[in-house]
Amino acid sequence: MNAQDRIKQQVTENNIILYMKGTPQSPQCGFSGRSVQLLEACGAKFASVNVLADQEIREGIKQYSNWPTIPQLYIKGQFIGGCDIITDLYQKGELQKLVTGAQA
Amino acid sequence: MHRIALIEQRLRAALAPQRLEVFDESAQHAGHAGAKGGGGHYAVVIVSPRFAGKSLVERHRMIYDALGDAMRREIHALSIKALTPEEL
Repeated sequence: MNAQDRIKQQVTENNIILYMKGTPQSPQCGFSGRSVQLLEACGAKFASVNVLADQEIREGIKQYSNWPTIPQLYIKGQFIGGCDIITDLYQKGELQKLVTGAQA
Repeated sequence: MHRIALIEQRLRAALAPQRLEVFDESAQHAGHAGAKGGGGHYAVVIVSPRFAGKSLVERHRMIYDALGDAMRREIHALSIKALTPEEL
């Protein structure tokens, strides 16, 4: 399976999934770390993919949503955004709604 | 060209901003694993009427498109605040 198919499968099988540098327990980038904190603040149970451990996914995820940076958040298969957008949605109370909706 | 000047030039040309500020935050991130590629960390505050009616994802894409290949080479990370004049 190529990277695009693997990503499609991952975002389909997981209601909430974060592509990040490092792991939620040990993020390797401040933007990834902040994204994890905000998801956890919303009570999100989410899957994550450490792109530093998978070069094919690291490049493939940038093509998948035509988005050049990591982290990237997907909820119910839909691309939500990177760290700035996650922060903005959280401050507006919208991230909480997206998370609740995805976990209902 | 200096990277900040490059970012400013491309964003001004593409988005006609009323306000544009670009900050170099590379020093805050020196040494971490993701910074090894050599690109810098930058923050942009940009106010343009062209963002009216656009979602956050669309606004970020407009900025990434304007920066083009610089996004892959000179810029490792970019923090974006994109507003319309009405949202200020």
